[in-house]
Amino acid sequence: MKAALLIARRELGSYLRTMSGYIIAAAVLLVDGILWNAFALGAQQDKHSAEVLSDFFYFSSGTTMIAAVFLSMRLVAEERQTGTLVLLTSSPVRDREIILGKFFSAFAFLAMVTLATAFMPALIMVNGKLSIGQVAAGYLGLLLLGSAALAIGTLGSALARSQVLAAIISGSMLVGLIVVWLLAAVSERPLNDVFLALALWGRHFPPFQAGVINLRDVAYYLLVTYFALFAATRVMEARRWQ
Amino acid sequence: MIEVRELTKYFGGRAAIRELNFDIRPGEAVGFVGLNGAGKTTALKILGCVLLPSSGQVRVDGVEVTAEPHEVRRKIGFLPDVPPLYDEMTVGAYLAFAARLRGVTGRDTPVRVQESEDKLALRDMHDEIIGTLSYGYRQRVGVAQALVHRPRLLILDEPTAGLDPVQIVEMRNLIRRLRGEHTVLISSHFLAEISQTCDRLLVIQAGEIVAQGTEEELAAALGTAGEIEVALRGPAATALDVARQVPGVLDAQIAHSAAHEVVLKIRAREDCRPEIARALVLAGHQLLRLDRGASRLESIFIELAQRERLS
Ligand SMILES: Nc1ncnc2c1ncn2[C@@H]1O[C@H](COP(=O)(O)OP(=O)(O)OP(=O)(O)O)[C@@H](O)[C@H]1O
Ligand SMILES: [Mg+2]
Repeated sequence: MKAALLIARRELGSYLRTMSGYIIAAAVLLVDGILWNAFALGAQQDKHSAEVLSDFFYFSSGTTMIAAVFLSMRLVAEERQTGTLVLLTSSPVRDREIILGKFFSAFAFLAMVTLATAFMPALIMVNGKLSIGQVAAGYLGLLLLGSAALAIGTLGSALARSQVLAAIISGSMLVGLIVVWLLAAVSERPLNDVFLALALWGRHFPPFQAGVINLRDVAYYLLVTYFALFAATRVMEARRWQ
Repeated sequence: MIEVRELTKYFGGRAAIRELNFDIRPGEAVGFVGLNGAGKTTALKILGCVLLPSSGQVRVDGVEVTAEPHEVRRKIGFLPDVPPLYDEMTVGAYLAFAARLRGVTGRDTPVRVQESEDKLALRDMHDEIIGTLSYGYRQRVGVAQALVHRPRLLILDEPTAGLDPVQIVEMRNLIRRLRGEHTVLISSHFLAEISQTCDRLLVIQAGEIVAQGTEEELAAALGTAGEIEVALRGPAATALDVARQVPGVLDAQIAHSAAHEVVLKIRAREDCRPEIARALVLAGHQLLRLDRGASRLESIFIELAQRERLS
């Protein structure tokens, strides 16, 4: 575990030393800002604060997932491309520590960027009443969704030979997990429940938006994170046998 | 220190190395020699626990690599063929990170970093960003990374690639100094280089070890003293006949023929330069130059490579 933290710390440092981290952070803040102006503040002026907040978390969930794909695509694939992965794989560090360290760093960065958007909901206080509970639940939802998306992205990055390929693989996995929800509409009874339970967004995220925290939804996102990271570790191990 | 038995690695259907067998004793410096694609990098990656073998055993200090790779990795320092450098880090921060990864404590780290920087003459580069370093310096940081935690076994894949002549000499001296303190395994296709630093050579060809031993032993095993080059003035055809008559000469060829100079390439069982010189002079040729052609090891190696192709 010490090694995982060591790796995470180095990774975080590299976000701050290179452009890519800043670009992703700036893009997330910019897009969220534009959407905030267009959706939450624009159109009908007489929206309730709760609705405005719900809208905010709705589109933020999209930007969070996209940011997660861009953040995670480089994690393993870039190091494989440049040959630096060998530094880690030839050291007395377990593959799960490598994966965990990478995931931690990306999660910490994503969390910082996500929490940096907090000034937008705070603006509500200027003209309306803000439910701290709803804000907290919304952000918890975003972090959980972000963690699941990052874990899936880490798996994609472990699978792929290049960063672009990693982004395509993890993007496809994410979209696949989201649209499973559509299958529920066209399938029969026991099956559609399974689809609904599996879908990354459909049933599990909206409660957070509204300020409701269900244990079931929290558990779902943690499980997705766990399984994706577990699979990524297995992929790393398998690569040594090739 | 290292025991390798029947080591085989397949990439898809093709074997990159096939049934390698060799031993390396503690404190020994061993050189892996082979042409491009011979399988040196693959073998070293397996010994460095980056890749796992398809079959066969590798034991480092009695510990099986496939069973406890984690244990083995503690004992080794590995420089892969591409130095694994994080371009955005400074040399010092990078070496500290490598040391910590290998289990050096936070308190010991600065000392170890300084030690390895001194060994590779990197002291002045401590605060430089790795991405801005020249190729040779990058290579040196790669080597520093491999020995920053004082590993028992040092595996270096072409450590002198891309170094300037001064640095090649430095690296050679460094490897000589390291031997004894560490067990060293290096690969190279630069034969003269590796024979000077290593106690023993393993010649690898198309994934198999075709010969091993010291330079002398390899030469003796092949029954050749390598190539002798003669430059003379006189008729080429008779010179060739004369050279071929000398006892011990296996083969002679005209490498180059002009009005003022004829160059012969002679392969001989042992070093019979004096006999060749006497025979040519007695036959009335004017001897201009007589020496070992390419480096001796070079020709031993070419000999081995050609044998492999014939069989
Ligand atoms: N990841 C891989 N996938 C498929 N084939 C590979 C892989 N790595 C190496 N090979 C093949 O294995 C053989 C041995 O390669 P290796 O890199 O070990 O040679 P080498 O002796 O290090 O050569 P060089 O002197 O060029 O560095 C080559 O034929 C190569 O094409
Ligand atoms: Mg190689």
